[in-house]
Amino acid sequence: MTAVMDADTRDSEMINLLVAGVDDAFPALVRAFEDGVFSGLLRMVGNRADAEDLAQETFTRAYRSLRDFPPERIRALRIRGWLWTIAVNLARNRARTTSRKPPPLELTVPPVASALGPEDAALITEAEREWHRRLAALRPAQRTAVVLRHVVGLSYEEIAEATERPSGTVKADVHRGLAGLRAILDEEER
Amino acid sequence: MMDTVIEGLEALGTTAPHSLMPSVLAATGLADGYVRVPGPSGDLFVAFSPDGVSWIAPAGNGAEFEAAFRHHVGRDIVPVATFPPKWQRSLDRALQTGRLGSLPVDLRSVSPFQAEVLRAITAIPPGEVRPYAWVARQVGRPGAVRAVGTAMAKNPVPVVVPCHRVIRSDGTVGNYAYGPEMKRALLTAEGLDVTEMEAEAVAGHRLTGSDTTHIYCYPSCHHARRVTDKHRVWFHDAAQASAAGYRPCKRCLPLEAAA
Repeated sequence: MTAVMDADTRDSEMINLLVAGVDDAFPALVRAFEDGVFSGLLRMVGNRADAEDLAQETFTRAYRSLRDFPPERIRALRIRGWLWTIAVNLARNRARTTSRKPPPLELTVPPVASALGPEDAALITEAEREWHRRLAALRPAQRTAVVLRHVVGLSYEEIAEATERPSGTVKADVHRGLAGLRAILDEEER
Repeated sequence: MMDTVIEGLEALGTTAPHSLMPSVLAATGLADGYVRVPGPSGDLFVAFSPDGVSWIAPAGNGAEFEAAFRHHVGRDIVPVATFPPKWQRSLDRALQTGRLGSLPVDLRSVSPFQAEVLRAITAIPPGEVRPYAWVARQVGRPGAVRAVGTAMAKNPVPVVVPCHRVIRSDGTVGNYAYGPEMKRALLTAEGLDVTEMEAEAVAGHRLTGSDTTHIYCYPSCHHARRVTDKHRVWFHDAAQASAAGYRPCKRCLPLEAAA
């Protein structure tokens, strides 16, 4: 419950800043939500390069929309649910266009040190890779719902907004997704 | 068992890469982005806005580059991992060929007149040079030689907009925002023998022609460089050339003597 209230407080503060001036407030919005957006996308698509690319596109589109929104539209926003509407759509489209191509090679050694330093080396641990495999085995709607609920921490209402589905359906998707993961884990332990 | 699943999922939260924020700021235009790329004479920092390449400087200290950019352009700037893919080919080509080609440049940081001057000098071919006064005439302001000099000094995108190809009317290389040595290096990399050009200029040889065609050129003009020593003649100025019965080259368009 506290997590939800924190999110609401953060939302209303952010909205006040955005109404005062999108350009000044936007970097703070990115800072507040980038970890959640990146984490969720990473677990949905399974590799860091695509996740970063989709996260960048999500925030870029969000910025363009905010620039065009009248203040009353900004005041009515639930930021996380709205951001994830954009992200879920982009991830879905990406999955459609890349389904015929092989997945990009995931780096297991740090790439040549970039100008930004070695901390961004696209390392994925073996445990993460296992989870990506398990999540990839779920139906897309269940995978999205499970990741948004339990990796990102969205409420069912926020997930309903993000996926444009009724919250009852979202709840069922989360439960079925969790049951599916549990079955996969059971299978692995045999 | 269900707790294991949920715990496993909750542990999958991670932090965004450090490169995400800069790339978002650059993509939205809230800040320009910049990358380090190999140039014709040493590495360059190349900054870009959503409108095109906005600032270029020899690669050195990143913080100093960013400070200079903020001071001169008045926008924020962040280092990014990649140049916009849609312009990458154009940038590579511009740096390889010395011609701006299809590379978009963002000249909002200079005045409209300065932008016009900078557009005009992109017509100077690689390996050739023209005097400041020539540029002034090309933009229809023959008296604005000093203003042309100022526009060169304020060129936000040197190398790709070739202000290094604009020299003094006496035929010497003259100043450059990043020092005359860089100007010489860029011209040398394009195949111009700068030392020889300056030696001729000091000897009063500012224009050259062929006694078979009776056409005079700037010494670096592609046509002038094909003239054999046997047929080459030198002039100090356009008045001397026209008095000798020579006409100006239609390619390098040397300034004509005042009527």
